Amino acid sequence: MPDISAPAAQHQAPTSFIRKHVFSLDHKVIGKQYYALALLAALSGMVLSWLMRIHLGWTNARIPGLQWLSKNGAPGDVMTPEFYLQLMTMHGTIMVFFVLTTAPFAAFGNYFLPIQVGAEDMPFPRFNMMSFWVTFMAFLVLMLSFFLGDGPTLGGWTQYAPLNAVGAVAGPGQGLGVVLWATSIGLFCIGQLLGSLNFISTTLDLRVKGMSLMRLPLSAWAWFITSCMGLTAFAVLMPACILVILDHLAGTSFFVASGLVLNDQLVPHSGGSTLLWQHLFWFFGHPEVYIAIVPGIGIVSHVLMANMRKPMLSQRVIIYCMGALAVLSYMVYGHHMFVSGMNPISALAFSFPTLVITIPATITVLIWVFSLYGSRLRINSASLFALGFISMFVSGGVSGFFLAQPSIDIMLHATYFVVGHFHMVMGVAAMFGIFAGTYFWFPKMTGRMMNETLGKVHFWLSFVGTYCIFMPFHYLGMAGNVRRYSSFPEDYLQPLIPVHRLITIAALLTGAAQLIFVYNLVHSRFRGQSAPDNPWEATSLEWSTATPPPFDNFGGKHPVVYHDPYQYGVESSVGDYVMQASPEQVKSGQEEK
Amino acid sequence: MATTVHQPPQIDPQRLPDHGHSGNDGGRNLVPGDGGRRVALEYSPPPSSTAMWVVLYAITMMFAAFTSALIVRKGSSLDWRTFKLPSILFLNTGLLLASGVTLEVSRRRIAAFLRNLENKVRNPARWLLVTFFLGLLFVAGQYVAWSQLSAQGLYLATNPSSSFFYVLTATHALHVLGGLAGLGYVIRKLSKSSLRRSTLDATAHYWHFMDALWLYLLLLLWIKV
Repeated sequence: MPDISAPAAQHQAPTSFIRKHVFSLDHKVIGKQYYALALLAALSGMVLSWLMRIHLGWTNARIPGLQWLSKNGAPGDVMTPEFYLQLMTMHGTIMVFFVLTTAPFAAFGNYFLPIQVGAEDMPFPRFNMMSFWVTFMAFLVLMLSFFLGDGPTLGGWTQYAPLNAVGAVAGPGQGLGVVLWATSIGLFCIGQLLGSLNFISTTLDLRVKGMSLMRLPLSAWAWFITSCMGLTAFAVLMPACILVILDHLAGTSFFVASGLVLNDQLVPHSGGSTLLWQHLFWFFGHPEVYIAIVPGIGIVSHVLMANMRKPMLSQRVIIYCMGALAVLSYMVYGHHMFVSGMNPISALAFSFPTLVITIPATITVLIWVFSLYGSRLRINSASLFALGFISMFVSGGVSGFFLAQPSIDIMLHATYFVVGHFHMVMGVAAMFGIFAGTYFWFPKMTGRMMNETLGKVHFWLSFVGTYCIFMPFHYLGMAGNVRRYSSFPEDYLQPLIPVHRLITIAALLTGAAQLIFVYNLVHSRFRGQSAPDNPWEATSLEWSTATPPPFDNFGGKHPVVYHDPYQYGVESSVGDYVMQASPEQVKSGQEEK
Repeated sequence: MATTVHQPPQIDPQRLPDHGHSGNDGGRNLVPGDGGRRVALEYSPPPSSTAMWVVLYAITMMFAAFTSALIVRKGSSLDWRTFKLPSILFLNTGLLLASGVTLEVSRRRIAAFLRNLENKVRNPARWLLVTFFLGLLFVAGQYVAWSQLSAQGLYLATNPSSSFFYVLTATHALHVLGGLAGLGYVIRKLSKSSLRRSTLDATAHYWHFMDALWLYLLLLLWIKV
């Protein structure tokens, strides 16, 4: 019999400290670097949201030390409205780009995609390293704007024109702040394009023998589909950022209309199109929502099956649904612009696919729920967060039905209803996906188990806490509370202030609960119980290698794949599962068709 | 009382994998076992080809975004002023197209060279150098076009039409410079006899794409600007 496993030695294991831990070419180290960046970004974004929430609940509250962050923005430690908007912009930008895109896609994808397809690394390790360091630079450039001139931009993470292009006359941070923001996002786009390049080539070209496309685990499919989406979206956002920078620095007029008077000054631009920015931005911006959530769908399916001890009703349909979400996400972006002065007929044209996109999302949820029905789910931190993901995805998704219809959206647009909607479906759901992935894969990544008790406490506090924060948002929105106001002196808003205070208290407590997670992460990293190679009795390739995996993932050999990724609930020599790389025969009829 | 004894499942460690259920089988990246310089040179690992299509797709999306911006910007305002394109652009077009032809000539020669016909093909890098030179001339020609326009008083910020002209041509020129770097890499690898066929092919695809992209941009600018 021929030796079907082949030697794998694309690059040598590094010896120097810098090559090993800093400028590493190893996809596993790069994945961890992305994870660390996302953690740093998430903590910064969370602190910003705390500051904002305190200000919304108690407008004149003194926040000790705030003056240190910005002398002009917080004279006497009291936040000005402009500084509130700056914090809000940075919170949104940091969370959307550097947490929700970076953690579930770039961090876990980098670490586990090559292992799940059986490769020893990505095909272009140098591009992969560049991808991380460019993204890191993007983060530094963004944070730099806190310390330069009049602070970061205040235009919101969507940076609508013409506010983003007229310069310092529009308010603090609208000069240099916007230039830094656009530079940072442009760099981020380059980093993600380099990452997508590697992800797509890895999935298509580096699969080991026997690993057909339909045998890829759902998480690998999710990363592959997300990288295709990212490739399309970030390639459009980058030119948009270039045009904004040119409007600032070169005096062009892409986005600034003529005759615009701001703060009693005539803006020296002519004839630009403010809607053009929205078109370019939302062509990226809507798929970005799915870039954040699709990896979560894959991770949650992957985690649930290992804990349900049976396959989903249909893996194939979940793959098709993720593909449908990816394709449709490019046809719905106009629903962000129902009240931007678009032709009402195009609003209708965008409303229809927006309602259609709920179909694949609903099918996915139904497959999860009906697969869970009757299964003896192993309750652990990972599976709890996976269930939490489903809960958040449904609760946040339902409000999408309302917003998808132009006639209702006219009333709800730019209210807290929208803020509640996207925080649940995109923010918290994706975060729960990240947590599920962390509790599930931490043993493989570090060789140590996380503390389960702390993990469960973390789950219940986060689960109850996030509902307490974001459910009242919907109520505020229906009561007419417009978003982006820094205080509520109007008569009709004043009765809502107690609701804001409740949300603030819930946000502070839920945020504090995240410190349990950080403690668990750091403590388990160094003091945790040491992990076996396959602690969850799972089947995909990452569990058939050592813990933590060696430099070339499989110790100098390519594994060979014999089975579908989720052979749970079968009779075998090791228990109720058969690993993908095990040559053991599964009784016919049990293998997925 | 009868007892049921479960037979342990049979494991055949020599079992070959089947081909899965659909989609292409994996395992395409395994380096051929028999080794040998010729096999290694002829062997094309697919990732570079896949990656090149991915890159070209991203570039296409980028220029699609610029194009839609141009169309929206022109349609939404009254300040658009057309101007005559500098005629040197047509000469540049000829240079770039010629470089595509010379690249194909050099690809044939290098393919013959790699098939161990060294005695028939002397200096296989010659036509690559010609391609490289023509590419450099193209970029220089674009620079001349920009200076001609600025001599007429048309700068980046003068009018949206000139803004788009500079943005589109400069972005394309930057990508051509990237292609020149790729050609330089190929020439260096060839001189060290360590060129992979797939590297050459990927570079050639990129270069021809730059040709096609330029023809598209020229047409767009000719119609709209």
